[in-house]
Amino acid sequence: MSDLATNANEVLRLDQVRKVFNPGTPLETQVLHGIDLRLCRGELTALIGPSGSGKSTLLNLIGLLDAPSSGELYLLGQATRDSDDETRTHLRNQAIGFVFQFHHLISAFSVLENVLMPLMIRHGKPSSADIELARGLLDEVGLSQFADKKPTQISGGQQQRVAIARALVTRPPLLLADEPTGNLDSRTAQSVFELFHRINAQFGCAVLVVTHDPRLAADCERTIQLVDGHIVSDEARTSTL
Amino acid sequence: MRLADSLWTEWTIALRFLLDNRMQSLLIIFGIAVGSAVIVFITALITGLQANVVERTLGTQAHIRILPPDEVNRTLPVDDGSWSLVLESPRAQRLRSIINWQDVRDVLDQDSQILAVSPVISGPAIARRGVARASVALLGIDPQRYQRIIPLSRDLIAGQLVVGAGNAVIGKELARDLGLGIGDKLRLDAGEGRETVVDIAGIFELGVRELDARYVYLDLKQAQTLLDLPGGVTVIDTTVAEIFEADQVATRLARLTGLRAESWMETNGQLLNALSSQSMTTEMIRVFVGISVAFGISSVLAVSVVQRTREIGILRAMGSPRGQILRVFLLQGGLLGLLGSACGGGVGWGLVQVFNIAGPRLFDIPVDPTLVPLAMLIATITGVLAAAMPARRAARYDPAVAIRYV
Repeated sequence: MSDLATNANEVLRLDQVRKVFNPGTPLETQVLHGIDLRLCRGELTALIGPSGSGKSTLLNLIGLLDAPSSGELYLLGQATRDSDDETRTHLRNQAIGFVFQFHHLISAFSVLENVLMPLMIRHGKPSSADIELARGLLDEVGLSQFADKKPTQISGGQQQRVAIARALVTRPPLLLADEPTGNLDSRTAQSVFELFHRINAQFGCAVLVVTHDPRLAADCERTIQLVDGHIVSDEARTSTL
Repeated sequence: MRLADSLWTEWTIALRFLLDNRMQSLLIIFGIAVGSAVIVFITALITGLQANVVERTLGTQAHIRILPPDEVNRTLPVDDGSWSLVLESPRAQRLRSIINWQDVRDVLDQDSQILAVSPVISGPAIARRGVARASVALLGIDPQRYQRIIPLSRDLIAGQLVVGAGNAVIGKELARDLGLGIGDKLRLDAGEGRETVVDIAGIFELGVRELDARYVYLDLKQAQTLLDLPGGVTVIDTTVAEIFEADQVATRLARLTGLRAESWMETNGQLLNALSSQSMTTEMIRVFVGISVAFGISSVLAVSVVQRTREIGILRAMGSPRGQILRVFLLQGGLLGLLGSACGGGVGWGLVQVFNIAGPRLFDIPVDPTLVPLAMLIATITGVLAAAMPARRAARYDPAVAIRYV
């Protein structure tokens, strides 16, 4: 926890993280080669790179969906490489919000219930305060009138905004988005991206967005470029928004 | 409290998943319902049938009969080193009383496994009316006690159950053979000059031809006089609480009293055999129907797990523990079993009622009130067990892979 004390704003730190698939077999492939990375509260970071560069693998590691082969990953100052599935699952629920390319709303639940899902997983039946919070977030993403609709009854851009509201409902210090605008038209993509900027400013969480759209990446304060498992550039700039 | 809260989530997700795949859920529920209906109906039918057969068999006989031991020849012991050749002819078993039968009766009265005790004296006689004659079995009874073994007044078709003071109750067939009605006189000849004339007070029909043609009920005293066994009884009839434990009780009573104890199971061996093979057949049908229902549930859930791979992945990514995913699918199995068997149990119960009202009406099937709830309980447990494999598969998904599943 001393790390957290010295870097109060640090949410995530990667220390010489490597990832090797199929180690010890003829199919052995090293995807990430000693990644060092820090993400702090309030940062909106774009992760760009050609396909096959290891973006998704890196995001899986950061999202605690996978564990590094070597190196260490600190989430809120806590080392995670050797933690068990239960601990990682718990940390995911507590500290990370996910937004995926294909929205991944659960079709059996209404829009509002989808937003509440992380809280339901955490502590069962949502309280009225939880529902208040979820409605507030839906309002924030401009979808409060669709609260009782099923995900299949709204458009793709709207579904993605619901997914963002869902990722925010636990007030996570870290928000991860994997090609969140990947299958949206450019106008909708732009508005979703603006939403990321707004929530980043408003909630003060660290946001990491994987994208292949250079225009969207250009809007971010910081852009990390990944090529063949190496970070080739890490640039900070003043946001144009 | 935490578990209950957490189960609320599992419960909600399980229910929504089932509702979301409505057609699939309805089809499997229908399948489970058919299976449960078959099980409930066949169980009720066979149980009813067996109870009916046993009741009819035992309705006209005691569960255990206590008899005096057979008389055997006694041979003198032979000195060591010497031989004796014995030519033995078995002894004729004369009619004789159970020694100290009052004491035996009192002991049996106290026995917790025995419900009713009735001392009876029985022996052969010739019944005469005019020139017609019929061989009969005289039964001297204490009506109060005897009624608790064979509820004779239930089977009366004319007159009353009155024995003693020169009254007798006879079977329908005998009455027909000798042309007897209520109030008519009947001469009974027990041999060796012992004769008496009785009034017919009642006529019964037990439904077993042999008994209806031969039984003549008198009171104990009159039968004792006729059969020349003053104060004696030849058999003590008993009924037991657990009819299928009658043979064990009989063995115990034989040891206890030193008399011969014959259970109904011994004298109806074939019937018992038939009943147990019938039970085995029913059991097999139930097991196989149960297995096919379980496979149905299992395969439907296996399909559902694959269909929901991405949703399972996203749930895991949002922090749903493996155990929660496991429980979601186990609950679905249990729910399908419960709902299906509730419908099927109702249908099975209805079928039994239809059978009772519109069927061949050979006998009435009573439905044990615990049958349907028990079937539902078993189906629910079966559902949970059948869900185990798909549920484990769902819980083991790697979330990173599952999320990208297309």
